[in-house]
Amino acid sequence: MIAMIPMNIDVMPVDDKKWGPDEHGRYGEFGGRFVPETLMAAVTELGEAYEAVRHEREFWETLWKSLTEYVGRPTPLYRADRLSKKIDGATIYLKREDLNHTGAHKINNTMGQLLLAQRMGKRRIIAETGAGQHGVATATAAACCGLECVVYMGAEDVRRQKLNVFRMELLGARVVSISDGQRTLKDAINAAMRDWMATSDHTHYVIGSVMGPHPYPRMVRDFQTVIGKETKVQMVEATGRLPDCVVACVGGGSNAAGVFAPFLDDTDVRLVGVEAGGESLTPGRHAATLSVGAPGVLHGMHTYVLQNADGQTEQVHSISAGLDYPGVGPEHAHWKVSGRVDYVSAGDAAALKAFTTLCETEGIIPALESAHAVAHAAKMAADMPPDQNVVINLSGRGDKDVVEAGRLLGRFEE
Amino acid sequence: MDHRLGAGATLAQQAAKRADMPLERIQQRFAASASLRRRAVLPYFTSGFPDASTVEAMIRRADDVGATVVELGIPFSDSIADGRTIQRSFHDVLKQGWTVEDTFQLVARVRPRVECALVAMVSYSLVWRIGVQDFMNRAARCGFDGVIVPDVPVEESMIAAGAAGRADLGYVGLVAPTTTSARRKLIARSSTGFVYRIAISGTTGERTDFRVDAMNDIDELRDAAGAPVCVGFGISTAEQVGAACVVADGAIVGSAIVRRIADAVDAGQSMDDLVDTVGGFLSELITGAAHTA
Repeated sequence: MIAMIPMNIDVMPVDDKKWGPDEHGRYGEFGGRFVPETLMAAVTELGEAYEAVRHEREFWETLWKSLTEYVGRPTPLYRADRLSKKIDGATIYLKREDLNHTGAHKINNTMGQLLLAQRMGKRRIIAETGAGQHGVATATAAACCGLECVVYMGAEDVRRQKLNVFRMELLGARVVSISDGQRTLKDAINAAMRDWMATSDHTHYVIGSVMGPHPYPRMVRDFQTVIGKETKVQMVEATGRLPDCVVACVGGGSNAAGVFAPFLDDTDVRLVGVEAGGESLTPGRHAATLSVGAPGVLHGMHTYVLQNADGQTEQVHSISAGLDYPGVGPEHAHWKVSGRVDYVSAGDAAALKAFTTLCETEGIIPALESAHAVAHAAKMAADMPPDQNVVINLSGRGDKDVVEAGRLLGRFEE
Repeated sequence: MDHRLGAGATLAQQAAKRADMPLERIQQRFAASASLRRRAVLPYFTSGFPDASTVEAMIRRADDVGATVVELGIPFSDSIADGRTIQRSFHDVLKQGWTVEDTFQLVARVRPRVECALVAMVSYSLVWRIGVQDFMNRAARCGFDGVIVPDVPVEESMIAAGAAGRADLGYVGLVAPTTTSARRKLIARSSTGFVYRIAISGTTGERTDFRVDAMNDIDELRDAAGAPVCVGFGISTAEQVGAACVVADGAIVGSAIVRRIADAVDAGQSMDDLVDTVGGFLSELITGAAHTA
């Protein structure tokens, strides 16, 4: 098959000899596989299947065909002049992942994993979801492939994101509400892993971020790297050079990993990940795992986590359900320790202000997740000259968040 | 091997000495069960559920009725391998502010009063956070005889197994129905004390469809480990214990016990009644194992 490859981009995964995982899935000291023995056969099978297609050009050309014809890629890189003028500093560019089908970057990964699941002969798809974006993206890809789909979602998130629950159901997925633990994303992940332990012979588990046991962090990053590859080409076309800085929000870290990965060896490009600072950086009131957490083990990986002194997972909080996670992808932990990427946090209030600013200046309603990146980028850009360029990865659109934002802004009755 | 034992030490002294060595207590207990012509029964309790004194009383009762090893689960907020019954016991205990140190203190209190071996079931999330060697040293010091760390696959187990060995603790590896032949050997060889054969693909919890006919790897595991092989996950009745013990050296029963404890608590039973209820069930299970050896 000959796919239409836009912008002369190499469809194959980026060479990751320098930054990628070793054969044990380790990024420096982080990553690995910390799962019950019952899951080892499943992750081993998946690792071998992914390793095989990773070198297969036809797989990636097939994926690019669906990304262009179905998802709507490439997404634009847009120079945000009115936002730049308001900030009065560096020139801001927005990578418009919000314009993807289903409204966020998540579908880049789910289309890739569904293609792989079909190659592996799996007939049933399961996923976890927090805000519901990954669940919708998985349900969409499963519907598009004609596969059965079950999505696990914390009961608290089901309550906060009713619209996405209904979207998933419209798409033919069954949404299972989880009432255990904190009833949010981490509990949905636990439930999905438990399902997979009993069903991996015919079921593929689509993890939504660069987290979990090897090979997930590498596989999801590879599928999301399309963001960074396009950005690089588009930026050079627009300005004749690479950006000075790339900013992305980090929950599990998939949109950030995708946009950062192609720039890792371009050391003049500053890479900044923005975590959810929540209400404050006291335990339980934020989700700034890399900023204030410590190394530990959670959900099959060794990475930075938010835990108490015993290793019990801490409560997390953010106005954005997609960043509300007490761990982070192990590759981000490695990038932090190596110093290649800076990790900072933006709080609820700053994100909400950036949310309205982007609406007013550019006519774009961002996801509350992405608004965290906008908030920090705006702060940073204010101290930079106008001839410097900052790319913000606008990972998703905010339609799903307007009710919550309206509530927070006091526009709706409680 | 043990320089503290002179050539002239009596057998009784040696036996007493052996009981100081955690790993050897596990071995001794399996040997003792075998000498009574029965397989081992390994009841599981969640540490701190419903409270410390009840758990202490249940461990003592389990010891009285002849449990070979008692498995004590250390509550963890995000246990993937556990089904609903054990998860709920974990969350219930953690809500009361229960800590890992509370478990160590509970074991330190009960250790001098029981003969059975005590093995911790603990997530690597906790072990890693506390410090792997530090955790193993503290576990051995309080009176644990071995550890089971269910979320460390054999490829990652060098550090944990090494630390357990340095603390003289048994390190129990787990084998699943889906484990390949090559991995089975690796896991068995890295195990000390006993090998944990998971009976079913899935989480812990009571099952009506528990079957032993697919477990044709028990002899291979026993040979490779040079240690007993016990079967767990899904075993909830004396009949299932009996069936497991036809092929294996012992049966591990967890959720069926924890559910009875939860039901007794919900029914408002006194601690004495609860311990009697659980003790009666344990006696049934041990009878199930006795018919098979």
